[in-house]
Amino acid sequence: MTPAELTRRLELDALYTDYAHCLDDDRLEEWPNFFVESCYYRITTAENFEAGLPLGLVYLTSRAMLVDRMMALRKANIYEPQRYRHLIGAIKVQAEQEGGLSVVANLLVVRTMQDGTMSVFAAGRYLDQLVRLDGAWRFAHKEVVLDSRQVDTLLAMPL
Amino acid sequence: MDQHTLTWPKEGNSRVPYRVFADEEIYRAELDKLFLGPTWQFLVMDNELPNPGDYKTTFLGETPIIVTRGEDGQIHAMVNRCAHRGNLVCLKRQGNDSLLTCVYHSWSYDLEGNLKSVAFRRGIAGKGGMPDDFRLEDHGLRKLRTDHFAGLVFGTLSDETQPLSEYIGNMVGERVGRVLYGKPKILGTTSQILHNNWKLYLENVRDTYHASLLHTFFTTFRVARLTNGGGVLIAENGRAHASYTRTKDETVGREGSDKLYAGIQSQREGLHLEDTRLLQNVSEFGDDITVQILSVFPNFVLQQVNNSIALRLVLPKGPDKTELQWTFLGFEEDDAALRELRLLQSNLVGPAGYVSMEDGAVGGFVQRAIVGGNDETSLIEMGGHGHTSEETRTTEASIRGFWQAYRPLMGY
Repeated sequence: MTPAELTRRLELDALYTDYAHCLDDDRLEEWPNFFVESCYYRITTAENFEAGLPLGLVYLTSRAMLVDRMMALRKANIYEPQRYRHLIGAIKVQAEQEGGLSVVANLLVVRTMQDGTMSVFAAGRYLDQLVRLDGAWRFAHKEVVLDSRQVDTLLAMPL
Repeated sequence: MDQHTLTWPKEGNSRVPYRVFADEEIYRAELDKLFLGPTWQFLVMDNELPNPGDYKTTFLGETPIIVTRGEDGQIHAMVNRCAHRGNLVCLKRQGNDSLLTCVYHSWSYDLEGNLKSVAFRRGIAGKGGMPDDFRLEDHGLRKLRTDHFAGLVFGTLSDETQPLSEYIGNMVGERVGRVLYGKPKILGTTSQILHNNWKLYLENVRDTYHASLLHTFFTTFRVARLTNGGGVLIAENGRAHASYTRTKDETVGREGSDKLYAGIQSQREGLHLEDTRLLQNVSEFGDDITVQILSVFPNFVLQQVNNSIALRLVLPKGPDKTELQWTFLGFEEDDAALRELRLLQSNLVGPAGYVSMEDGAVGGFVQRAIVGGNDETSLIEMGGHGHTSEETRTTEASIRGFWQAYRPLMGY
């Protein structure tokens, strides 16, 4: 591994680590900052993804829509108190384009309800397009592909 | 408790004993009397299985079903249970095959469920094998009757279920056709596990009163309010309903509406969306109805929320567990802009939807609350005691319609 590759690996590790802690620390207002303004964010299932179907359980096509989703979760939507714990790993650069990277990473989310009930809420992978903006990596395109077609009860907070 | 000993309250459809949402015996009786009985249940869309040999698996209640496109070009449906010793014949959710072969002992069926071959039927060297009087034609898969409506295929195991168009009725049938006006194209699917009895979800679907109260997003962003024009259509036998909202039409004016919602938690002041594209609405149905929620007893739902169209199938998985399957639709005729709008508006519904995520949880809250309340009943009196169509949504008439359909089939 060249020093440049090593640096990039550390940068990506820091990016996904910050992303996980931002969500799990309930700093949801900071979540859109990981994205560029004209971003694309979709949560879908492996079944839809493999069939080439465009539906998103969450389907957002601008950073403003990410901001709106956080506002709605805080102010408009009603759901029981719960925590998500994101475990993100196996981060791998798939391809390198001019000014950007295609990255795949695994994710596992454990959900804990207010009575203490814990469950594996989501398992899947991120398929991301990263670009360099103001000296940092930002998501231009983030696709969360869930292994299961089922969601238990409801999906509120971001993955 | 033996389900036959349940006595329905004398108030009729405006009271529902909590026991019916929790009792194991009642649940088992529903699987037999409703789901395997004289009701039509959604199986597939006709164009989901375009080619001979295409198949998909689904359920009538908890009973596994195979739906195929036969060599004859017709849709066929049968119970997914080998006539030999009861194994699942099709293991995959969908696929294509010319024969349906059970993996256990390699018994094979054609696409209509007729038994075509039995492995080692004649035994080996004159020993073993099936008896001489064994006839393949006596041992096919159990077949369902199927019927079509507006490109939707329904199935039933009963010979007594009336034709589907009569079962849905003209009034609600027209409302199905209103939404499914083109060639449906699946945009994607998902499913949601609800920790409540299946009937609590169907009550929620038919509950025109709750939407703008529980779903704050609806009210805050004026997607739909009770003060909008609208109403509910209910078939006389209660089997089918369609509620509708006319958002452009504020019956009491914008300020009048704010006044009525003042102090109700569902209206939040001063909120606005940064990107309002998902609140845009293209008129495509030839009228001013912006939200239409429709159901066919027992467990089929067709939804139009602005331009988001979805089929919902409610599958019972136990007295306190339900799977809600979502199929989001567009039409072959859609241009790119309309397709994109449907995808953006899918944010409103589904397991993560701005206006429907609460429905995933609220049935579970009821399920938890009724523990220990088996001898108590709910109170369903908004709009009186009847279940006739009304030009208001401040009513629970269509919930009463659900129980009107349910009780005779269950003998209550």
